[in-house]
Amino acid sequence: MNIATAATTSGPRMGARKPLVSLRSISKVFSNGTVALKDLSLDVGQGEFLSLLGPSGCGKSTALRIIAGLGEATSGTVEWPSASFDASGKPEREIGFVFQEPTLMPWATVFANVWLPLRLAHVSRAAARARVMDALAMVGLDKFADAYPRELSGGMKMRVSIARALITRPKLLLMDEPFAALDEITRFKLNDDLLNLWEKFGWTVVFVTHSVFESVYLSERVVVMAARPGRVFCELPIDTPYPRTEAFRTSTPYNELCRRTSDALHGAMDAAAVAP
Amino acid sequence: MTDTQDSVEELPPPALAASRADRIAQIVVPVVMLALVILVWHLYVTLNHVPHYVLPGPLLVAKALYNDWPILFRALRVTLEITLSALALALLGGVAIAIVMAQSRLAELALYPYAVILQVTPIIPVAPLIIIYAPTTYAALLIIAFLVAFFPVLSNTMQGLKSTDHNLLNLFELYGASPLQTLLHLKIPNALPYFLVGLRIAGGLALIAAVVAEFVAGSAGANSGLAFRLLESQFRLNIPRLYAALLLLSATGVIIFFVTSLISYLLLRRWPESAVRRES
Repeated sequence: MNIATAATTSGPRMGARKPLVSLRSISKVFSNGTVALKDLSLDVGQGEFLSLLGPSGCGKSTALRIIAGLGEATSGTVEWPSASFDASGKPEREIGFVFQEPTLMPWATVFANVWLPLRLAHVSRAAARARVMDALAMVGLDKFADAYPRELSGGMKMRVSIARALITRPKLLLMDEPFAALDEITRFKLNDDLLNLWEKFGWTVVFVTHSVFESVYLSERVVVMAARPGRVFCELPIDTPYPRTEAFRTSTPYNELCRRTSDALHGAMDAAAVAP
Repeated sequence: MTDTQDSVEELPPPALAASRADRIAQIVVPVVMLALVILVWHLYVTLNHVPHYVLPGPLLVAKALYNDWPILFRALRVTLEITLSALALALLGGVAIAIVMAQSRLAELALYPYAVILQVTPIIPVAPLIIIYAPTTYAALLIIAFLVAFFPVLSNTMQGLKSTDHNLLNLFELYGASPLQTLLHLKIPNALPYFLVGLRIAGGLALIAAVVAEFVAGSAGANSGLAFRLLESQFRLNIPRLYAALLLLSATGVIIFFVTSLISYLLLRRWPESAVRRES
């Protein structure tokens, strides 16, 4: 695809959006005294594809876990402006989470693994069947419903993990370095598939990665984080319109964006080195 | 999950052929070996004219097994009954207490040290006490065999319950799973390979403990097991019957091992290699 012509098809995504979730001055101190996050504020817009990019130890995974409600912030608040509230007064977050590892139950079939979130919500196997098969079809694995994880390749396992995250039709998809352990060919393929699904269904994605190239290729906005203490170092808008394809990955603007993002990342790492 | 690209159907044909040849060898070699040992035994006894009260030949042992079958079989049933009841109780108790300890830190702190003490205290010096306190000898034998078989089930199951993948635990938390759902759908399936190791160890130990307990109790009469028949044969210098009883005992042990291994195999067929290998 030609980038110049694609630029004219800039859609409504690019405008300012209402935040789906806002982190306000989040700090997180672990029990051993490590300051994982300090005064982190971040708005995630509805329908946005946002990447958190940073060196290891910058607290990007911690931030993701706090958004997911896995572990409380030491101080600060997580706001869900438009969420409805459940019986216990907690916001219904409607989150899907994809871990770095596929995190599948080895004793269960692909079908049972994807069914799990619904099963925990007391949806029977029969009632869930259509939705599970839909989710598997989305990631191209509908023929593997009866296979066990051990029979799948690494990329296929990750697809199952994504299908499981999508089964509850979440508004927000949180991905913690999901493709880091995959080979480059598989990773590129999954990047493309993820973008296609995102464009089709329009959920919000927060994608944690330590790959400059992956963050630029996927996101509308890259938030570069610095370590010790974990904080937002800078933000870079990636306003190349979607759909992004192989042509974008090899284009000069992509290279330029990667270079700028890489510079920002190095800046963040230098800042961490001199931080008190 | 380091094995990113492996797939079962990618096993090349030569490897399959080799594994089939190996499987045949696994059966043929031990059988041939057994036949050789029996032959050497027979030749040694007949050529050297060894008296049958020192070492009976294989034919004499077979004859004793055949002629004394009613006595030996009744004894075998008693021993088997004690072994299997003790094993069943150990499985129930071990799994139940492991679940309680895995679900409650307080219960773990309160119970685990005593479970360890129970395990490390040699059972033989305790056995006379148990025999005094138990209402019947049969109950005493059952208690002793249970105590020995209980700990491997408990410790293995507990390790399995507690070694659940943290990310999977996070996932269950994220979807608001109740503690019961986490236990049923995550911790218990995860503990299965560990439990099966415990089962295999406990199966063998229950038989050994049943025999040892009977040695200590020395119970005579119609309700006596194989261990008593062993001692009795020794007193009467009925060595062929002693060998026959011994043969029955080790056959029982082999069958218990085979059955528990088969159960493991059937239940773990679908597991990844890494989990299955952990238990061997």
